[in-house]
Amino acid sequence: MDKQEILLLKGNEAIAHAAIRCGCDGYFGYPITPQSEVLETLAELKPWETTGMIVVQAESEVASINMLYGGGGTGKRVMTSSSSVGIALMQEGISYMAGAEVPGLIVNVQRGGPGLGTIQPSQSDYNQATRGGGNGDYEVIVLAPASVQEMADFVDEGFRLAFKYRTPVMMLSDGVIGQMMEKVILPPFKPRRTEAEIIAECPWASIGHRDKTKPVNVITSLELDPAEMEKKNLHLQAKYAEIKKNEVKYEMHDCDDADYIFVAFGSAARISQKAMEIARGQGLKVGLFRPITLWPFPTEALAALSQKVKGFLTVEINAGQMVYDVRSAVEGRCPVRHFGRLGGIVPDPDEIVAQLKKF
Amino acid sequence: MSEKVNNENETVGREAIIRPENLVYAKPELLNDVHMHYCPGCSHGVVHKLIAEVIDEMGMADKAIGISPVGCGVFAYRYIDIDWQEAAHGRAPALACACKRLWPDRLVFTYQGDGDLACIGTAETIHSLNRGDNITIIFINNAIYGMTGGQMAPTTLMGMKTSTCPYGRQAAIHGYPVKMTEIAAQLEGTAYVTRQSVHTVAAIRKAKKAIRHAFENSMAGLGSNLVEIVSTCSSGWKMTPAKANEWMVEHMFPFYPIGDLKDIQSR
Repeated sequence: MDKQEILLLKGNEAIAHAAIRCGCDGYFGYPITPQSEVLETLAELKPWETTGMIVVQAESEVASINMLYGGGGTGKRVMTSSSSVGIALMQEGISYMAGAEVPGLIVNVQRGGPGLGTIQPSQSDYNQATRGGGNGDYEVIVLAPASVQEMADFVDEGFRLAFKYRTPVMMLSDGVIGQMMEKVILPPFKPRRTEAEIIAECPWASIGHRDKTKPVNVITSLELDPAEMEKKNLHLQAKYAEIKKNEVKYEMHDCDDADYIFVAFGSAARISQKAMEIARGQGLKVGLFRPITLWPFPTEALAALSQKVKGFLTVEINAGQMVYDVRSAVEGRCPVRHFGRLGGIVPDPDEIVAQLKKF
Repeated sequence: MSEKVNNENETVGREAIIRPENLVYAKPELLNDVHMHYCPGCSHGVVHKLIAEVIDEMGMADKAIGISPVGCGVFAYRYIDIDWQEAAHGRAPALACACKRLWPDRLVFTYQGDGDLACIGTAETIHSLNRGDNITIIFINNAIYGMTGGQMAPTTLMGMKTSTCPYGRQAAIHGYPVKMTEIAAQLEGTAYVTRQSVHTVAAIRKAKKAIRHAFENSMAGLGSNLVEIVSTCSSGWKMTPAKANEWMVEHMFPFYPIGDLKDIQSR
């Protein structure tokens, strides 16, 4: 194996490098702060001349998500990235992808809202990401990176999950992780799949490969017969149950002896880690629980922890969204409080410690 | 069932007549043996048949991806036996753009109505055409929303009555009908832009030639292609099929004139 390639990159740039290296076939995006570096980096790296990956600047986020729907429907590894406002526009397409079971990777580098809001970081799209977001009963697998390294690593992981379960996957990042620079070990290079490999991996894909031994492939979410449509929905629900069983990911720091536990994801988890160190320095027994998959949510792990701690403090860069999932896991066994900053303000470790002391 | 044939007083069985040497016309192989949901007199069925014939004649059945819209054409995937994707309302050209760029040797086309293409999907349509995506857009213009039951479309003629302009389309209230094909002809990315109809045998032949030309352009990488078919909607227009054809010639053709608007190959 070649020696590791290490670069100093912004989170957004890491996404672009990782996409090229992990066999992505196409990127479709529309500029929006704070994630425009993804498209800019791809344009600069010109992967269409090396791996053959295509890069399209779409006319809108509505178009880019529908390009994803079209490209993913042909079995290709396709992705898009945007920020909150643009992700809101994509919800129709994400719902279609879920309904028609089309794989694809969507990166949300969150900024503050509502509306045009601010270009500063936020985590206020948690509810949108973990509750489907568009119309109908569906879920999206949501991965929350807390470092530039994870932004790179979750591209390949996102594609793995998307194709394993034929479902859209969202990487829910934020303006902090997207814009900050860190050392990144680039993922190993993986070639794009050949046509034969795609046909073998995706026998369902609508790629104009008409095999007369079986019916043609149609990608659709439509079914007018309610009995059939209920079956289709139950099939989706069974798939989501399978994902919940297999794919929950989280990380625990110093939870073994902890009286209190911070629950935080993404950049809020990085800040909470610092707050934990400060609190431990002051003799407070604090741990950190970081959900890596926001859907499926690590409900069981939190439920187990709730048997032995005095309380949880969720730290989010929003008005309190994940806190409801934590409360639902804890089921009243101990208090669950929320601390968050809004409008693009990022919480300070000291103010998190101060909140902890209010328990 | 047998038929009496007045030939030297012989009775000839049906089987004796259905022979390859007697064959003058057949349903295209790619058209599925299913009931279409289209109303009697609707143009969709004829256009489906033409698309099926052209794909077959080009030998592209194993390399074709169709994108169906939201509207009456939504079930196109049930009728033509190729791979399909069913798009969200208006977004078919975005899907087609990705399919074609990811699979350049495939024949990729969208099949869209006036509401889908000229209203909710205006942006996707114009930008796909302008990017020169090597696809063909088949545009059924019947000046009404058929699937939802006869509401005003972006292409509804002035004065024309629909369920949402029951007193006739008026500029002050509803604005004007949009000529998407004329707009498309202005875009640098388009290779071939034409307006056809399927109300007579001669028109059907011309429409088929136009679809073939568009499909061939897309495979030759010459740019995007738009084939508008000025169509009837006898149910939405509340006319008999025959009357709808007459009405289309009398009222639609003066505003949506038939013919090629742009063909970069004939420059």
